[in-house]
Order: sequence, then C-alpha cells, then structure tokens
Amino acid sequence: MSFVEYEELIKEGDTAIIFLGHGSMFPVQVQRGAQTQTKYGVIRHSAHLIGQPFGSRVTCSKGGWVYVLHPTPELWTLNLPHRTQILYSTDISIITMMLELKPGSIVCESGTGSGSLSHAIIRTVAPTGHLHTVEFHQQRAQKAEEEFREHRVDRWVTVRNQDVCKNGFGVSHVADAVFLDIPSPWEAIGHAKDALKVEGGRLCSFSPCIEQVQRTCQALAEHGFIEVTTLEILLREYSVRTANLPLPDLGGALDPLPVLGETQFKIGVPLKETVGHTGYLTFASKSLF
Amino acid sequence: MEGAKGEGPAGDGAMENSVEHPRQQDHLIRDGDFVVLKREDVFKAVQVQRRKKVTFEKQWFFLDNVIGHSYGTTFEVSSGGNLQPKKMMEEITSETKEAGIDNRNIVDDGKSQKLTQDDIKALKDKGIKGEEIVQQLIENSTTFRDKTEFAQDKYIKKKKKKYEAIITVVKPSTRILSIMYYAREPGKINYMRYDTLAQMLTLGNIHAGNKMIVMETCAGLVLGAVMERMGGFGSIIQMYPGGGPVRAATTCFGFPKSFFNSLYEFPLGKVNCLLNGTFSSKALPPESKDSISVEENNGTLLDDLQTSPKEMEESIVEVIENNHPQQETMEVISQEPEYKEHKERGNKKDYIQELQRKQEQQKKRQIEAATLLNERNADGLIIASRYHPTPLALSLLEFVAPSRPFVVYCHYKEPLVECYTKLRERGGVINLRLSETWLRNYQNYFQPGIHLLSSITTTFGEQGTGKY
Repeated sequence: MSFVEYEELIKEGDTAIIFLGHGSMFPVQVQRGAQTQTKYGVIRHSAHLIGQPFGSRVTCSKGGWVYVLHPTPELWTLNLPHRTQILYSTDISIITMMLELKPGSIVCESGTGSGSLSHAIIRTVAPTGHLHTVEFHQQRAQKAEEEFREHRVDRWVTVRNQDVCKNGFGVSHVADAVFLDIPSPWEAIGHAKDALKVEGGRLCSFSPCIEQVQRTCQALAEHGFIEVTTLEILLREYSVRTANLPLPDLGGALDPLPVLGETQFKIGVPLKETVGHTGYLTFASKSLF
Repeated sequence: MEGAKGEGPAGDGAMENSVEHPRQQDHLIRDGDFVVLKREDVFKAVQVQRRKKVTFEKQWFFLDNVIGHSYGTTFEVSSGGNLQPKKMMEEITSETKEAGIDNRNIVDDGKSQKLTQDDIKALKDKGIKGEEIVQQLIENSTTFRDKTEFAQDKYIKKKKKKYEAIITVVKPSTRILSIMYYAREPGKINYMRYDTLAQMLTLGNIHAGNKMIVMETCAGLVLGAVMERMGGFGSIIQMYPGGGPVRAATTCFGFPKSFFNSLYEFPLGKVNCLLNGTFSSKALPPESKDSISVEENNGTLLDDLQTSPKEMEESIVEVIENNHPQQETMEVISQEPEYKEHKERGNKKDYIQELQRKQEQQKKRQIEAATLLNERNADGLIIASRYHPTPLALSLLEFVAPSRPFVVYCHYKEPLVECYTKLRERGGVINLRLSETWLRNYQNYFQPGIHLLSSITTTFGEQGTGKY
C-alpha cells in the first residue's frame, strides 16, 4: 500500500480501510497475527488481509462481510483521528487546483493540524515534490511525523515544530505554494512571501471568519501580492431514492387501458436542509515586482 | 530530505520547444511557448510566435517582446503593436484622499467631466499613457472630490479598465484554463465549472503513476487537467467518440513532448468488441472515412477560421466535435507541422506516404491501448461528456481494478440519478455519492450547484447485495 501509489495486494504494515457499508468505515494497521473486531465479527489479519487484493470482500467470524479498501488521502480524511478541526475534500480540491499543485511542486503549510490536507498535498506533489509543514503544538507535530512514517510518505515531507508567525517555514525562496490555516494569518504573510520563490508563487489562506479574511487581504496588499480572490465552496450531498406517487382516478377512462395505482420514479434529495460553512479561502499570487 | 526536486519524467529535463533547458529557467517565456494573456479577468490562450499578429481585448500586437521575460510580467501595447514591459504601479488614488460622506448633493447632469471626447482622443494620439489619462480625468471631474471613498475606487477602476491596457503573460495551468473556458466557451466543456473539475481531480485521486481512463468531450480540458496532475508519470487512455479525440485545450497547457508518450486513445465504437473479446485492429471503425478529414482539420491553422460555436446545452443534439473548427478565442497551432509542409510543397506522393505512415502508427497505438485496457486494472475513470453517462459508466468500469475511485460528471442531475441507480443494480461499486458544489465568489455572486457522481470499485459479490 502506498498513499502515493496504488498496489494490488495487502502487505503487513499497510494501512487499510475497512468498509462496512452505508458510508461506515474505519482504518486498520495490518499486522501479522493481529485481529480486528467489527459488528460482523472478527477479521484475522493474517488469514483475511495479508496477501489479499485490495477491494476484496472479507467474511468475518459471525458471517457478515466487509470490504477492504486501498487507502487514499480522501478516505484518510474521512477516517483519520481528529486532533484538530480538519479540512475536508471539498475545500482540499479547490485549494489543490487554485494553488496549481502538481508533481514536483514545493509546498509550505501551516498548521499541520491532523494532517488531512498534508496527505492530499503529498499525494499530489509526489514523486518529485516536497511538503514543508509547520505545527506549533509539539505533540501534534510529533503525531503527524509518526503518521507520515507509518504511511511511508515521510520522504516527501518535513515537519517543523515552530511558530510560523515568528519563525516562518524554515525555508526561503523555494516554495511554489504556501497554505495557511492559522488563527492570525496576516502575521505570517511576510514569512510566506519569503518562503515563496523569487519568480513568484501562489498563496492560500483559510479562515472561518470574514474579519480574519479582511485583515489577511490587507496584509496581502501591503506585501505586494496580486490577484487576491476570496471564495467559499459548499458541498451538498444527495440521497437517491425511489418515490411513489398515487395516480388519481379521474373517473370513466377515455383510454382503453386504464392506468391506476401508483407510479414509481427515482429522486435525488438533499441529505441536509442547510449547507454547512467551513471557511473562506483567500488566494493570491506573489508578484515579481 | 528537504527540497529535493528530482528529475522530471523525461529524465533529462528536456522541454518541448527548445534545447535542454535547466529547470531554473522554467519561469522565462520562450519562443514557441504556449501562454495565456490576461487582462483583468479576461484570458486568452495563444502560442508565442515571432511576427505573428495577436488580437486580444480589442487590441492587436506582436508577442516578440515577451520572449526572455518572466511569466507574470505585465506589458502595455505601444506604437507599432509592440509590447513594452510595465512595472505594476501603486493604485492611483486621489492626491488629497479627500472624499465625501454620501451622494445626496451629487447631481448626475452629465456635465461633471470637463474633458471632452476630443480632448481625450487628443491625449491618446499624443501617446499619453493610460494611467496619465485616468489621472487627468480625475483632476477634471468636478464631482470626484465629493464622491465617497468607495465611489472613488469604483470610478478609478472603471476608467482604468477603459484606458489602461495592461496585459499580463501567465503560464497556463488547469486553474487558468478551466476558468477561461468556463467564462468564454462553457458550451464546449459541457458547462463544467472549474470547482467541479477540481473536485473530480481530487475525488478521482488523480496522481503521478496512475493508469487512467478518461472519457471526455470537453475539448481536451479534462484530459489536460489529468495530465497536469500526473506530471508525465503513468499512463492515460482517452476514449473518444467519432473519428478522433479532440485535444484543442490540451495543447494550451504546453506540456513537454514526453508527456504524450504515455497518452493513448481508443475509439468508443470498439469498446463492445473489446469487452466481448472480438476486438481486431484489422476491422477499422466505420468512421475511418472521416479520419482523413480529421487529420486535415488538425493540420490547419485553426485561428484563421471564423466560426460560431454550436450551443451544447441540449445534450440531445448530436455534435461531432472534431469536425467543427475551434472558435477564435483559442489560437491553436497544428500538432503535425509536417503535414502542412508537405502540402505546401505540393508533393502529393510524400503527403500520401506520410499519411499512411501515420495511419500505421495509429493502428499500432490502438493495439497498445487495447492491450492496456484488457488488463482490466486501470487505477481510475473520469467521465465528463455530452453523452448520457450510464452506458459509459457501465461499460468503462469493466476496465477498472477493484478498490479504485471513479467520477462521473454530467451537466444535468437527472442522468446522474439514473446512473447511480444502474450502478447500484450492477453491483461492484461502493460509497456511491451524488454531490453538488456551490461556489461563492466574494465581491461577486453566488454560483449554483454543479453535480457530480463519485464512487469506489470493489470486487464482485452476488448482484445487488445491498452494500453500497
């Protein structure tokens, strides 16, 4: 398994995603001799997982079954242990595209948080790029480093435990893109500018509150950033179901074949009435001059 | 390991249009580069060619002077159609920063500007720069001082837009090209908004090393986006309807030649025989009669053709996209310059030979593509076309390995509801999600929902056994 490259068969040490159905799933660390409890019974790693292809169905001890999936950053985002509020794939998608990330990109990020975005960035910039991620909370920085190692992506990421607002990203003039998800991003704009390449680069700042956005935009203008844009992306999920409507009885049929009873059709209904706000995304470009 | 950039897929960093170029020079504009011209929020994709007239935003000019400058440099059009680099100046603000509180005393009598049309024309003829003209307009406006700060900013912005012609040359990217296409020719990309494309690339886990199947009729924009995210690593099989794949937008990305070595194409018309084991390269598709005309189309300088785009909002209209020359908003140069040369030289025999060689090559590539598909182990599938998605999804999924994500885009929601239902019936897919994204641009407007269907493949169990 690799978060940056697909493999066919499950090996010891892999992270695999156990899918129970109806969007219910959880991650496991595959280990020889280990066992995992599910509501359908026990999964024995050596017998059921190791050597099996990802995507297989596994029958558990009680007779019920689950699927074992290859991890992806998107599945990881849905299943990772939260140490902080995380970014979900909807925001991650637009960030990735608007920062123009691709293989070979050098990216600086702060704060690392729970590593949701970090995994997505590493996946996109591999095998020739790199992520420099800064986290001021010592334990979170350590946990992130551990996870990157467990997921075998540590060669593409450097974790620094420091305060980005005071000490920057630890690199200068190397980044194609900088991402900020911190309470006071305006304090880090100067450091972001320094981390970005001389020839220019892209920046993104994520803030839940519009007041933070205003202060950040001001700081961006003061530091000579151009193409400043703020947007918000909202996700609405639909549930696909069958609906029935009764057909009215209009009396004596004009048709030779009277149509009565019910008619069935498929509908897509929103899962939730209101759509949640995550945060505002402010993008900008470092100007040459 | 810090900051290791490593080598690109070509191994020696060779780029398409020049001799070996060190990566540090990636940020400089070179002759032959595919670039995007930007003025405010308007974009146009062009190729840099010396002494070639380019029109953009009611102006015409030559791009010669941009060569050697960095991407991101701004230029102004000066006499003779030459571009001059221009440093980005600070925002023009009124000298005294004097502003009013509100507009209760401002009367709109059309007499507040003291400069006449002739005066302004005289300034322009004298060669006075745009920002000078704007400054003059401000000074000669009797009401400017009384406007509120917001109104002053709005006034300045409006005048700048009219009189200052600042053009920036930017490097093409998925971001820029998808925004450009959505603004200028949404019909060509099935009204796929750029945030939706962003979702597809991420939910589809598009990354270096994948073996991707792409089925799109978005002028090659989706293909280009996939190629950008794969960085030349891995392989792509593009499925196409009709005579050949359309890659007009793909060209705009300016990818190095090496990226195309692992790009294959396969006709939709042969999918069923591939699936039931009767594929043969000998039996050419009925569209082969069109293949010559398609080659000819690809071999023409498309910017010389003035046509109007066909409206694509009704997907019931059958449009064979590659037979419609591109609209003038994208200036695309032929990918096969040898054709034109032979034709121009009037050497018909050479031309026929060349054509035959190309067809042999095409046949060989098609067999390679069929082999790759037959392995049934693709890492992902993206569908974004004008066709009803259900038959495409049901057939193309056969080529995808288990535990891989796939994404289906459709301009309308209802076909996706049907596709979802049919996929559930088929089985072998889980975590089916029908979603819609809304984009809100600040200072602009709310852009309503665009739908997407995403899912993950599995190995097959009994048909329709509930887990989804």
